[in-house]
Amino acid sequence: MRASKDAIAPCSSERDGSKTLTETPLFLVTLRLADDALILGHRLSEWCGHAPVLEEELALANLGLDLIGQARSLYTHAGAIEGAGRDEDGLAYLRRENEYRNVLLVEQPNGDFAATMVRQLIYSAFMHPFHRAMASSKDATLAGIAAKAEKEMAYHVRHSAEWVIRLGDGTEESHRRAQDALDALWPYAGELFEVDAPMRAAIEAGLVPDPESLRATFDATMTEALAEATLTLPKLGSFQTGGRAGRHTEHMGFLLAQLQYMQRTYPNAAW
Amino acid sequence: MTEKNWPLWEVFIRSRNGMAHRHVGSLHAVDATMALANARDTYTRRGEGLSVWVVPSNAITASDPAEKDMLFEPTASKIYRHPTFYEVPDEVGHM
Repeated sequence: MRASKDAIAPCSSERDGSKTLTETPLFLVTLRLADDALILGHRLSEWCGHAPVLEEELALANLGLDLIGQARSLYTHAGAIEGAGRDEDGLAYLRRENEYRNVLLVEQPNGDFAATMVRQLIYSAFMHPFHRAMASSKDATLAGIAAKAEKEMAYHVRHSAEWVIRLGDGTEESHRRAQDALDALWPYAGELFEVDAPMRAAIEAGLVPDPESLRATFDATMTEALAEATLTLPKLGSFQTGGRAGRHTEHMGFLLAQLQYMQRTYPNAAW
Repeated sequence: MTEKNWPLWEVFIRSRNGMAHRHVGSLHAVDATMALANARDTYTRRGEGLSVWVVPSNAITASDPAEKDMLFEPTASKIYRHPTFYEVPDEVGHM
């Protein structure tokens, strides 16, 4: 991403935390989608140089770049909606941890390859139908971003599901690792479906789809892949939550330290 | 992870309608489905492809390099086989 001169806006009004909670629904849902994409894209970028084989190295970078591309468009849109002079870099790099509104799922560490693929499957099994539905958003920019992202997310589902199937239905060790990953990450799936007041307002305004309307598709994708993978969903009473309100797991601070380092150390650095 | 190598696959890509699939390289993959996915991720990152084929490398029967003189040398002196005397109209497109 490119930094511009007016990117830094350490808004004093944000310090008391009151401003961020009174954002418009359109700004907030756009920012949440952008944060989801950026943080997961960053996680995938951490695989660079560490993937199990060359082919997967390229595949993981492709998936990550798809997401970072989506994040750029969404941040630019969010900045325009906000109208406070923040561009994509200002939003991506220059906020505090509690101002990021991504779901907790995407900030979870990469773990082993199975954990990365299970995380990717859960996220893309939800986001693929989400973008397909958002392609008819009343907000033309969101609709345009979704139409492009839908094709990308379709491939993310394909790629991660194929791997989850092969790992789950592979060796004894790969099955154990895939099941461990599912047990650890499934508690974060429910947050994708959460609807709070601003989200409800955005749904009723026809800006974003109601997650509940995507549940059947999500369940079908997961059930089909997991059955073939011989993996079983853990039984849960409740889900982990908090990311949408800016309350993150302990991993988020470390992630942001790395993500923000360049812009914090060399403000307005550009390629 | 086991140390056993994954099978090798040869990748063919058709870049435009009307063109033939061309060999672009090879890759490793556990099976045909993953070979296709890996081919997409490895060889079509810059908009190169409309269609991808993957073929197990061991399904290809190759000529013996030691026989290249016998196989190919005799054609070197037969320039009259090259149709270099024709002008190809632009409308014909790719040949």
